Amino acid sequence: MSVEEFASTIESGMTVGIGGWGSRRKPMALVRALLRTDVTDLTVVSLGGPDVGLLCAAGKVRKVAYGFVSLDSIPLDPHFRAARESGSVEIAEYDEGMFVAGLKAAAQRLSFLPTRAGLASDVLTMNPGLRTVTSPYDDGEEYVAMPALRMDVALIHLNRADAAGNGQYLGPDPYFDDLYSMAADRCYLSCEEIVPTERLREAPFQSLLIRRMYVDGVIETPHGAHFTSCVPDYDRDEAFQREYAAAAKDPESWSRFEEAYLRGDESGYQAAVADFASTGTRSA
Amino acid sequence: MEFTRAEVCVVAASDSWRNAGEVLAHAVGTVPALSARLARLTHSPDLVLSDGEAFFMSEPAPLGKTAADGGVVEAWAPFSSIFDILQSGRRRSMMGASQLDRYGNQNISCIGDWRQPKRQLIGVRGAPGNTVNHRTNYWVSRHSSRVFVEKVDVVSGVGNDRARANGGAALRFHDLGVVITDLAVLDYGPDGRLRIRSVHPGVTVEEVQRSTGFDLDGTDAVETRTPTSEELRLIREVIDPKSLRSREVPA
Repeated sequence: MSVEEFASTIESGMTVGIGGWGSRRKPMALVRALLRTDVTDLTVVSLGGPDVGLLCAAGKVRKVAYGFVSLDSIPLDPHFRAARESGSVEIAEYDEGMFVAGLKAAAQRLSFLPTRAGLASDVLTMNPGLRTVTSPYDDGEEYVAMPALRMDVALIHLNRADAAGNGQYLGPDPYFDDLYSMAADRCYLSCEEIVPTERLREAPFQSLLIRRMYVDGVIETPHGAHFTSCVPDYDRDEAFQREYAAAAKDPESWSRFEEAYLRGDESGYQAAVADFASTGTRSA
Repeated sequence: MEFTRAEVCVVAASDSWRNAGEVLAHAVGTVPALSARLARLTHSPDLVLSDGEAFFMSEPAPLGKTAADGGVVEAWAPFSSIFDILQSGRRRSMMGASQLDRYGNQNISCIGDWRQPKRQLIGVRGAPGNTVNHRTNYWVSRHSSRVFVEKVDVVSGVGNDRARANGGAALRFHDLGVVITDLAVLDYGPDGRLRIRSVHPGVTVEEVQRSTGFDLDGTDAVETRTPTSEELRLIREVIDPKSLRSREVPA
């Protein structure tokens, strides 16, 4: 399917999970497609990076459930910071391991999973709905009952996939994309390249992370994780990420950034990025 | 032999890894990363180092770089396995702290009311899970009463008072070790409160107390040990030839 077809399936008010990690292998082309729609009031579930930042900047987010929102080489996404400091988004801030427990619970159709992480910390204060659970065994231990982070839709980006939705990662880390695919009612997989199924054998079996029965749509988006990394196809575009972060400093510079990169379609974005790469400046 | 404050800090932090055993060293910041490497090259050869991404390294990658830039990979450890490892307890952390109180409650989440913070910081990250699962030490590159406060705004890393009050699963593996700063080494007394274990050469106990936003017992403070010539050689020639340490702790 096309990015536009994907975007037309997303409705306001949905809970949208976004795979990857920080500024690594994020389904950015799908996020950009969402920016071009009028959907709003989203709950975003993410080990966040510029995916969360862009959606916050566009006013599409009601609530973010996250383990962190980092650009990796820049410790905190500036749009997320601005959204927090203006109080314009609700949050559910979790310990990273708690967040993963929430993904696992959702993937397993459990209402919660017990975890030690979070006990005695202010994560319980910041999430007033969080409850603890007592072991029914002799030890009687009390753990945090991390609720399932169940999603309406999950978005993930991989290096390769076949047209049926079998997805392959070729970098060093799968992140949690397999859990996202299982934790959502529907999952959309974008990839650098759609290949015939028999070509999936070209890399080790262990790279076959995503199974087609958890995928509802496959979108070929070359350079579709830009400006996050998609190793080994490409590294993070640090220069462009700096440009993105610098543009967040005031509304005027942000609207210039939007004008240059986010007003057109995906091919327009990629062309503007290529222009930035060759000249080091914006085209608009 | 001449040495810098940064080198004293690296060596003091290195000592915090003694007797850690065969565990994963989780080190956030330049001085902590250097200290884990120094520990492994000297007293703690079994310490496990990662590249900060998906690999454990028998020969570490260049400082601040990943396995893609060099070193020798000995194991695959994607992020999903890191959470398994920390819950297994075979890990030890040295994290930073934006705020730290007298009981070792640490904040890296935000400043002000969490509903609408004055300053959003990096979030609680892994601090809640780290502190209730394995030994956690802290590194503070600028010891001041802005960091060492009476009350932290958000408890990210769990302190001794809260772990003890909670008891049970929160306390079972809770283990705060030391706080290394650019001025001193702090540890925790039997009451769970921070105290001065040692002050770095050229620093007075009073200076440390003045730079701390709560009362800090300095009764038994000694002087932090000085680096050996072998440690200085390893730091300067092997581990940190570009002296990234002096950016974190100016001379």
